[in-house]
Amino acid sequence: MADEALSFQFATPVQQREAVTLGMWAFLATEVLFFGALIAAYFNYRIWFGAEFVAAAQMTKVVLGTTNTAVLLTSSACMAMAVTSFEAGSRRRPTLWLLATAVLGLAFIAIKGFEYSLEYGEHLVPALNFDLARHGGVAEIFFMFYFCATGLHALHLLIGIALVTWLAIWIGTGRINRGGSTTRLIGLYWHFVDVVWIFLFPLIYLAGRNG
Amino acid sequence: MHAPHRSSYLNAEIGLRSWLLTTDHKRIALLYFAGITFFFAIGGLAATLIRLELITPQGDLGSPDFYNRLFTMHGVIMVWFFLIPSIPATMGNFVIPLMIGARDLAFPRLNLLSWYLYIAGGLITVAALLLGGIDTGWTFYEPYSTFYATGYIILAVFGIFVAGFSSILTGLNFIVTVHKLRAPGMTWYRLPVFVWSTYATSLILVLATPVLAMTLLMLLAERVLHVGIFSPQLGGDPLLFQHMFWFYSHPAVYIMILPSMGVISEVVPVFAGKRLFGYEFVVWCSIAIAAIGFLVWGHHMFVAGQALYASLAFSFLSYLVAVPSAIKVFNWTATLHEGWIRFDAPMLYAFGFIGLFTIGGLTGLFLAALPIDVHVTDTYFVVAHFHYIMVGGAVMGYFAGLHYWWPKITGRCYPEYWARFAAILAFFGFNLTFFPQFILGYLGMPRRYQSYPPEFQIWHVLSSAGASILAVGYALPLFYLFWSILKGARAPANPWNATGLEWSVSSPPPAENFAVTPAVVRPPYQYDQGKPCMQADHG
Amino acid sequence: MQGFPWWPATASDYASRIDFLFGALLVVALLTAGLVFFLLLYFANKYRHTSTADRSGTTRKTWRFEVSWTAATLLIFVALAVWSASFYLRLYNPPPDALQIFVVGKQWMWKAQHPGGQREINELHVPAGQDVRLVMASQDVIHSFFIPALRIKQDVVPGRYETMWFRADKPGRYHIFCAEYCGTDHAHMGGWLTVMEPRDYAGWLRGQGGQQTLAAQGEELFRRYGCSGCHEPGGTVRAPRLDGVFGSPVPLSDGSVVVADERYVRDSILDPKAQVAAGYQPVMPTFAGQVSEDDLAKLVAYIESIGPKQAGAR
Repeated sequence: MADEALSFQFATPVQQREAVTLGMWAFLATEVLFFGALIAAYFNYRIWFGAEFVAAAQMTKVVLGTTNTAVLLTSSACMAMAVTSFEAGSRRRPTLWLLATAVLGLAFIAIKGFEYSLEYGEHLVPALNFDLARHGGVAEIFFMFYFCATGLHALHLLIGIALVTWLAIWIGTGRINRGGSTTRLIGLYWHFVDVVWIFLFPLIYLAGRNG
Repeated sequence: MHAPHRSSYLNAEIGLRSWLLTTDHKRIALLYFAGITFFFAIGGLAATLIRLELITPQGDLGSPDFYNRLFTMHGVIMVWFFLIPSIPATMGNFVIPLMIGARDLAFPRLNLLSWYLYIAGGLITVAALLLGGIDTGWTFYEPYSTFYATGYIILAVFGIFVAGFSSILTGLNFIVTVHKLRAPGMTWYRLPVFVWSTYATSLILVLATPVLAMTLLMLLAERVLHVGIFSPQLGGDPLLFQHMFWFYSHPAVYIMILPSMGVISEVVPVFAGKRLFGYEFVVWCSIAIAAIGFLVWGHHMFVAGQALYASLAFSFLSYLVAVPSAIKVFNWTATLHEGWIRFDAPMLYAFGFIGLFTIGGLTGLFLAALPIDVHVTDTYFVVAHFHYIMVGGAVMGYFAGLHYWWPKITGRCYPEYWARFAAILAFFGFNLTFFPQFILGYLGMPRRYQSYPPEFQIWHVLSSAGASILAVGYALPLFYLFWSILKGARAPANPWNATGLEWSVSSPPPAENFAVTPAVVRPPYQYDQGKPCMQADHG
Repeated sequence: MQGFPWWPATASDYASRIDFLFGALLVVALLTAGLVFFLLLYFANKYRHTSTADRSGTTRKTWRFEVSWTAATLLIFVALAVWSASFYLRLYNPPPDALQIFVVGKQWMWKAQHPGGQREINELHVPAGQDVRLVMASQDVIHSFFIPALRIKQDVVPGRYETMWFRADKPGRYHIFCAEYCGTDHAHMGGWLTVMEPRDYAGWLRGQGGQQTLAAQGEELFRRYGCSGCHEPGGTVRAPRLDGVFGSPVPLSDGSVVVADERYVRDSILDPKAQVAAGYQPVMPTFAGQVSEDDLAKLVAYIESIGPKQAGAR
């Protein structure tokens, strides 16, 4: 029983499902190019500035970053469990898994916020209070990338948390039943946000920290 | 104004809300037509003032700052608010679902959102221009744009940023539509070339525009927050901006030309009464242009301080990217052989396109040659080259498509002799405007100059004279097309004897496109001794 | 209003070679366009729908045409790519013993400094028949130094040196234009290149009045800025000796080796921490913001003057 209403432009539910899935993948492709451009710019400077750039990376909080990575990976696992249990026909379990995903997402945001506050205290925030004399221009460019990349990621994560929460409510109140694509697609989005972090984490936190 | 005799998408619902909240791809196409025409007029006004100024060597039509804002406005509006959306958002939106036998695009509400984003971005940018404008050139080179230029740069760049999302969503919509919504029997190799071209364009829209989004975001960060991402004063690299900017902006020029090529591939077989020569080659050339187009951006930076080996690679690839375009020209020409050629306005525009695009493309070979580019880059040679492609090519293609599908869209026929006259006038006006600029460029006349050495004047006078003729050629359709809506003869379903699915429905089409989903039985452009074999047989 | 100028002045042998390349491309373009236009018009006439031409459809094997014209186009375009590239490679290798002139672009003027210390604004005097190498910097935004008569231009990018070389053969006065949009008076940022017979050029140099050579001025700056305090023997801080360095390979602390050219000297003054010489501490202070482009040119000239006179030093 397909419960997502068949839009008029589609001939069959299968066609609708395939179309929205392709649409989501195409959207994720745009995000790859979006973050990819930023990462390319990062590499330009990492190669150009060399040791100074990597030295600036030592000022990042690797413990908090690693904790956040674990949090986000776990949230993706919860998301995967939510999608699987939903497609298996359950209603209560996916709701709980989705709420767990959202909570972990919020935990990531909280840790990130705490990290930002520490960086503010250490005068590492460009345009706000960056201590150019102490840290130098190269470090400022590094931290510009740091705040841009993690900030944009956090924005995408917040949108994801909102979507996951909304989905949890709709599944929990029975407004969505299985047969449609919404849950799977929101899952795709969440995993993508996780993948972006997996690329950002080594570039930001692990640069130069190899022994 | 008479009411149409039967129901169509134009009168299925009435009232402003039914237009502003429509999800019908055909109505959205008309909404885009309005926006495109509006922005074309603004960009054209800027061009008129520029050509007026350049009649004399001294700067007499305002201050240097005024002129610098004029050419910036011309570039920004024409590139992002006219050329890039032009054919895809108007004709693409209207015709593609009909061509593939679908009832609408894959995501109709997203389509409406695209239009609102386009209008919002456009209004934000126009606001920036009205408040005083920007003078950075449409290329926003650093560090001038961030630390030296005054003006409403943040506002204008934000407007372009917003409009970029319109591009991305439109491209995404087309990709999914072409993949998933084709009618039974409409295999990939039975798709009209216009669909393939729009598909290739959509690939670029979806993959290149996000890079522009990031580049503009970083530009804004630098200007607003004064962090030195691109500015050497703060340790940044100005060339990084150029690489990021051109990584988008070169594929962007293929966004501007591929849809026009698609229109020509539709028009030529119909008005030659013959199938398109080399259909498979033409469609794969569209894909090749899109793909190789991502690899040539460095040819904008041969004198910028780019590494020698990079320049050599980009030069070589730039020669390669010209090959698929040349193949298309040969195929269009070969289509005429043994045809039954008619010279209606769409075909005249198509002839104009082929001729002018050939000239523009060949001059690209000069620019791809490194030592020649060193001399003529940043001169009027480049200006002439890209106007031959974008105006002689893309805009001619736009008018070809506009006239070709006008009966389908409006249900009316335009006055044929006025249309042919306008096409011929535009062709001659165009050449007089832009050919002298090749000579000016090789002589050394730089771009973006309000005043110039007196020895260049004769060519500028000829160019401005041509511009006045071109302006009439572009203004005329505005009048007779509007007249045709009120008084033009009613158009039949297939006034041109074409073979595509869009010609099997009434003119204008019903709101739901097809009462019964068509079953496609043959490839496009099949003619039997000049008589069309429609892609779907009527039941 | 003047007459119909068709072709720019040609002030160098290189310029005529570029014209030759342009002419060759023009021939290729005219032949191609001519063929296409001829076929278009010929077919448009012969097969207009009212004509009674034979349309029996003899051409079925379209792929033969496709492959032929694809191969032909590919071959011709690749040949053009290779030929034009070889031209370019010639431009990229300035001969040794070029006369080196420092050029600084700023909104909205060009300043030139000759090795003998002569200064010019919006003018550049050079001897005919002599290789000239321009070392160029920008004080603010990106400009571009363009001499149509020589068929060369080079963007001048702030934060780095760009170089360009030429040999003018024909005495005369030729336009210099700024070719990269740089603000309000971009169109007025031009000047004149004056190519003179070597005799006249020598006379012009003398006529500029006695001044110190660029290198001598640089030596004075070397002391005034305190460079000698570390870089000459007897200094309190251990710093590399600079005589004999210019043009030689310099091992860096990260293991790589660079050649000490003018870019390296300039970067060492403005950003000493970026490339530290091997075996030395990164203690040199930066002079960014303190040394003007004009002074940088003098310092570079001085360091070059105490370098070994090696063939190919760049």
